[in-house]
Amino acid sequence: MSDGGRKKVPMLSFLIRRLLQTIPTVLAVVALVFVLFSVVPGSIVSSMSDDADPQVELRLKKQLGLDEPVHVRFGGYIAKLATGDFGTSFRTREPVTTMIAKRAWPTLQLIFTAMAFSVLLGVPLGFIAALRPGGLVDSAAMVVAVSGLSIAKFWLGLVLMYLFALKLGWLPSFGYGDGGLKYLILPAVTLGVSPMALFARTTRAAVLEIMTADFVRTARSKGMSEVRVVKWHVMRNALVIILTTVGLQFGGLMGQAVVVEKLFSWPGIGSLLVDSVLQRDIPAVQGSILVVVLAFLAINLLIDVLYGVIDPRIRYA
Amino acid sequence: MFRMIAIVAGLGLALAAPAEAQTPRKGGTIRMTAPYGSSFTSLDIHTTQRAQDEIYAKALHRSLYIWDSAEGKPVPELAKEAVVSGGGLVYTFKLRDDAYFHNGRKMTADDVIWSYNRIMDGSKAYPGARYVRIIEGAAAVEKGQAKEISGLKKIDDFTVEMKLTEKVDPAFYLFTALTSIYPADEAVKDSFIQHPIGLGPFKFVEHVPGSRIVMERWDRFYKPGKPYADKVIVSVMGEAAARDVAFRNKEIDTSVLGPAQYVAYQADPNLKGTIAEVAEVFTRYMGINPAFKPFADKRVRQAINYAIDTDLIINKLVKGKAYRATSWLPLTSTAYDKAMKPYPYDPAKARQLLAEAGYPSGFEFEWTTSQNESWGLPIVAAVIPMLDKVGIKAKVKQVEAAVLSEVVRSGDYQAFIYSQQTGPDPQAALKCFHSSTPQSACNYMNFKNAEFDKIIDEAGQADDTAKRTQLLQKANALLYDEAPVWFFNYNKAVMAVQPWLHGVQLNATELTHQNVEDLWVDETSPAK
Repeated sequence: MSDGGRKKVPMLSFLIRRLLQTIPTVLAVVALVFVLFSVVPGSIVSSMSDDADPQVELRLKKQLGLDEPVHVRFGGYIAKLATGDFGTSFRTREPVTTMIAKRAWPTLQLIFTAMAFSVLLGVPLGFIAALRPGGLVDSAAMVVAVSGLSIAKFWLGLVLMYLFALKLGWLPSFGYGDGGLKYLILPAVTLGVSPMALFARTTRAAVLEIMTADFVRTARSKGMSEVRVVKWHVMRNALVIILTTVGLQFGGLMGQAVVVEKLFSWPGIGSLLVDSVLQRDIPAVQGSILVVVLAFLAINLLIDVLYGVIDPRIRYA
Repeated sequence: MFRMIAIVAGLGLALAAPAEAQTPRKGGTIRMTAPYGSSFTSLDIHTTQRAQDEIYAKALHRSLYIWDSAEGKPVPELAKEAVVSGGGLVYTFKLRDDAYFHNGRKMTADDVIWSYNRIMDGSKAYPGARYVRIIEGAAAVEKGQAKEISGLKKIDDFTVEMKLTEKVDPAFYLFTALTSIYPADEAVKDSFIQHPIGLGPFKFVEHVPGSRIVMERWDRFYKPGKPYADKVIVSVMGEAAARDVAFRNKEIDTSVLGPAQYVAYQADPNLKGTIAEVAEVFTRYMGINPAFKPFADKRVRQAINYAIDTDLIINKLVKGKAYRATSWLPLTSTAYDKAMKPYPYDPAKARQLLAEAGYPSGFEFEWTTSQNESWGLPIVAAVIPMLDKVGIKAKVKQVEAAVLSEVVRSGDYQAFIYSQQTGPDPQAALKCFHSSTPQSACNYMNFKNAEFDKIIDEAGQADDTAKRTQLLQKANALLYDEAPVWFFNYNKAVMAVQPWLHGVQLNATELTHQNVEDLWVDETSPAK
C-alpha cells in the first residue's frame, strides 16, 4: 500500500466516525426544540384566527397533529425526517423544505461574504499588529478590534446605511435586489465586523505566542530569513488556531444573521426562524434550526479535515 | 363624520390637494412597505389575518365589496348592486361581468360561492370565516355538518342570492381581502400558493420570502384606465429605523411612522409635508376580568379610569400619536358620539370610589402585557405608579404577542392590555359585549349586561339608520358607565408618503391598506 493509501483509510474512517457522531447531536437538538415548543405557551391555532369556533380549533389541532402526546408527535416527526421530509408549515401550508430552499442561498451568500470580509481583513490586521507589538499599528489595530467586538450590529447597520446609502449614495440601504454584490455589501460588512475583530485579536495572540516558540528560534538561529520564518513556521501554525475560530464563528454568524437579515430585509433563514417562532409554526422552526445545526456541523467537519491538510502532524484519530 | 375626521387629521391632504389638480400619470413603479414583521405569512390570503399580508393582497385580489376611504364605508366592488328583500335578510347581488382573473378567465357566481365555501372549511380555520359566518348555513359547513353553504344560491352566471342569519349590512363583512374571490379552478392547484391568481389591478410576478413581493399591471382590470402604475413592489421592512433611512434616501414611497419618528418628521421642515395620518378603528384598552373579585364592582373599574392620567401618557409616552378614547367606539366610527367626554384624571375621585367599594387601602392584581411599544409594556410601566397612588398595586406578567391573544380569549387573566379592532361597523364592534358573544370570539371581558343586550338587539332590528345610530350611541355610553375596560386611546396611524406618490387614501380600517389602482407616481419619482 502506498503512503496515499495509508492516509486515505484513517481519513475515511475519521469521516464516517464524525458523521455518525452528528446523529446524536442532531437528535438532541430536534428533541430539545420539540420539548421546548410543547411547554411554551401559545399555539399556531390561536394566531391563525381571533375568533375561531372552539370546535374548529379542536379540529384544526387534530389536523395538525397537535392533539397527540408529545412523544407520539416526536416519533412521527423523526420517522418523517428519516425520509428527508421536514413536514409542512402550519402557517404557509408549504413544505418546510421548499421554504428553507428559498432562503438557504441568501443566508449562505450573507454568511460566506461576511466570513470572507472578516478573515481577509481581520487576519492580516492581527498579523501586522503582532509583528510590531506595542507599536502604533498594533495599538490602532487593537482599537479597531475592540471596537468591532463591542459595537451592536443593529446600530452599526444603521450607521452604515446612513453613511453609504443616504450620505454617499453608493449603495442601496436595504433589500435583496437581484442578489448582487451591491445589495450584499452593507449586510455582510455589518455581520462581518465582529468576527473580523475577533480574528484580529486571535491572530495577534497566536502569532505572538508562536513567535517565541522554540522551533521559530531554531529556524532563526539556522539563518532563515524573517520572511521565510513568518511564512513557513509562524503563519502555518497560526492557521490552525484561525481555522478553529472560523469554525466556531460560523455558528455565531448564523445566529447573529437574524438581526442583520431583519434590518436589511434580507431574505434568509434567520428571519424565517424568528417569524416561525413568533407564530408558533413548529415544523418551520424545527426545519430552520435543523438546517442551521447541520450547516454548523458540516463546516466544523470540514475544518477538522483541513487541520490535517495544513499540519500533517495532526492525525485523524 | 369620516370626512370631517379626515380633514382634521389628515395632514396628508397637503399631499392630496395638488394631486387632485393633476392628471394621473400612467406608468412608473409604486414602492410600498410592509412594516409589521420580517415576512409575509402566506400568498394564500384566505389563510392569514395579519395586516401585513393584506397590503399586497389589496393589489392582487378583490372581494364583493371594497373600503372607500373618502366615504368612510364599504362600497360594492365585484358586486355591481345588491337588492335587499326578505325583511333585510336576503341580498341578491348582481356581479360584474367584466372582471377577469389574472389567468384571463372571467369571474362568475360559481367563483364567489366556491370561495365562501372554502373560507368556511372548518378543518382549516380560515380567519375570514368570522365574516362569512353571517350567511345562513355557513356555520354548518364550518362545523362539518354540511358541504355547501345553504344560504348561497347561484341565480345565473352573474347573479348570486345570499341569505343572512341576521339583519346586518354584509358590506361590512365582505370587503376585506380575507374574503377575496378566488378562481375555483386555479385555487385548488398546489401551484396557487406559489403563484396566486386574483382579480385585482396587479398580477403576481415574484415573491422573495422575507424581502418583497413584485406585481405588475393587469391590463384587463375592470376599472377603465386603471391601474395607473406599471408595477408595485411591496418590501418587507419591519425595522422602523431602516425604513426611515430608506425613506429619506428615496428608495421607498411609503413608510409607517412610530411615535419617535412621528415627532422627528413633524420637526423636520423637509419631511413634515410627507405625513399622512388618520384615526384608525382600533381601541387600545386595559381589559378587566369581572371574575376577579375587586373588578366585579363597577366602582372599582371606574376608579381605575379616574386614577390614570391618560392624556399625559398619550402626550409624553405615545408622543401624541393616538387619540384619547372616550368609550369603546373609535373616532372614525359612524356611531361615535362627539359630545361624550372621557373620564377625567381625578385620583381623589378614584380613592373615593375604591373606599365606597370596600377597598379603601386598595388591592393587588396581575396585569398581563406584551412588549408592544404603543400599547404594551411601556404603557403598563407608566400606569403602575398612577394606580399605586390610589392604592392599587399592579404586578406585571409579560408574555409574547401570540400568547397574549390566547390569554385574552381564554379569560386566563386578571387584567390585560390590548388593541382591538372596533370598526368599521359599530354594530359588530359593540356586539362583542353582547352576552351571547362567546369570550373566545371577541367578548374578552366576558361582559354580561341585560340592558346592553336589549339595546344592541333593538339596534339590530332597526331599519332606520338614524335610530340605529342613536341606539348604538346609547350602548356605547352604557359601556362608558360600566367601564369594563380602562379606555386608553384610538390609534392614530401615521404614514410618510413621498411627494411624487399621489392618490393615497386615509383608510381608517388600516392606513397601509391602499386601493393601489388609485395610486400614481409623477415624473419626479426616482423609480420611473
